[in-house]
Amino acid sequence: MLYDQIAMNKRRTGYVMFGFGLLVLLIGAALGYLFWSNWQSGAVIAAVVAGIYMLIMISQSTNVVMSMNHAREITDVSQAPELWHLIEDMAMVGKVPMPRVFIIDDPSPNAFATGNSPEKAAVAVTTGILQRLNREELEGVIGHEISHVRNYDIRLQTIALALSAAIGMLVNFASNWLWWGGGRRRDDDRDSGGNVIVLVISIVLVVLAPLAASIAQMALSRNREYLADASSVELTRNPQGLINALRKIDDSEPMEAADPNSSALYIGDPLKNKHRLGDLFATHPPIADRIARLEKM
Amino acid sequence: MAWIILIIVLAILVIWYVSAYNGLIKTRTYVQESWSQIDVQLKRRNDLIPNLVSTTKGYANYEQGTLKKVVELRNQLTAIPADDHQQTMEVSNQLSTTLRSLFALSENYPDLKANTQFTQLMEELTNTENKIAYSRQLYNSSVAKLTLMIQSFPSNIVAKVHHFQTSEYLQVPEEEKTTPKVNFDDFNQSDK
Repeated sequence: MLYDQIAMNKRRTGYVMFGFGLLVLLIGAALGYLFWSNWQSGAVIAAVVAGIYMLIMISQSTNVVMSMNHAREITDVSQAPELWHLIEDMAMVGKVPMPRVFIIDDPSPNAFATGNSPEKAAVAVTTGILQRLNREELEGVIGHEISHVRNYDIRLQTIALALSAAIGMLVNFASNWLWWGGGRRRDDDRDSGGNVIVLVISIVLVVLAPLAASIAQMALSRNREYLADASSVELTRNPQGLINALRKIDDSEPMEAADPNSSALYIGDPLKNKHRLGDLFATHPPIADRIARLEKM
Repeated sequence: MAWIILIIVLAILVIWYVSAYNGLIKTRTYVQESWSQIDVQLKRRNDLIPNLVSTTKGYANYEQGTLKKVVELRNQLTAIPADDHQQTMEVSNQLSTTLRSLFALSENYPDLKANTQFTQLMEELTNTENKIAYSRQLYNSSVAKLTLMIQSFPSNIVAKVHHFQTSEYLQVPEEEKTTPKVNFDDFNQSDK
């Protein structure tokens, strides 16, 4: 079961990176054609920039994600003994190395895990969760996060997050440029051709922007939260702790410190979106469903 | 031609034998390692109990009877020979139960609960208790794996030749026995 999950996550990580690479080349080629009438140089520049960006992101992803979510690292057990001990316990029983520990100053109870591999994982929790949950409940939450670490959910989510953020940035940048700079093309000699291309490219970019966001969504298994809940109970042998924890997380105000792009990482939706676009685009399954499945155990 | 086939078959058998043997050794080492994890935590708890006695000394009326029992069980635990895992765990389980009731009773002593040294100690002891329970879980699961290898065909042949023996499961205290059955099928319906 665990091996299936790991294999699936590694495969999906590959797809996401491949899709991202393709998309970057396309955007690069389009921009190159548009501004220098030379799509090859655009593609090459985009590939180089994206390659460097990917390397930096992948080596620094934990720090980047943590700073986006205003998390501070704690490095000694005395700073939060209970939390530290629980993470130690769950890492031990889940047979993964002890992850780095972060705390987010936010009164809303929530938690997430990130990192590129179980060896380089990090777990972050809010101050709200430490105050509102008892030990048993917190153990369920930490078990859930360690399960994400164990089955490589964290790698997939972290890379999907980094890459979709990059595409969003690129699209933003390109459409601004197109809007202000691209317009001058109208007075050029290649009048009619230029206009059509500008039009086509702008349409493509407009389509790409939401697509970039949904890449991250598609990559994430809609079952990942259910699976992490089940694995958590397998570690703690205590479904009630996690059930109570989920109730408390559900019954709370939205987070302020959370970065909206990272909301899929959290155990409960930190923004408390009431699924405006329906369940299809929800980042999290409804908590009531999760509790119902846990209660069946 | 026949010779080549014979050599190939022999080579496959040898490779299988070696890997089965290595698998058994690895699993047995894992059982031993998980016992030493338990042992570390038991020692740690034994070291913490004198602190508990000295911290609560100022609170003369604090559950003297229960405290005395804790100290007795601790001393009993240190006297058990190191290789008697079953008896060690039996006494350890009693000690866990007594400690738990001691902590539950501490609710009645607001002064004590306000003492940071006591709350720290309580966290430490709770931590070792949890770690004992989790290392026991790991121990039992590695024993289960070893038992399976020793009993199932064909690795049982290798196990018999090299006299591999399975270890006994460690008893789980009554109150922890109700382990839920995790059924992943329930959780993985619509995906793929």
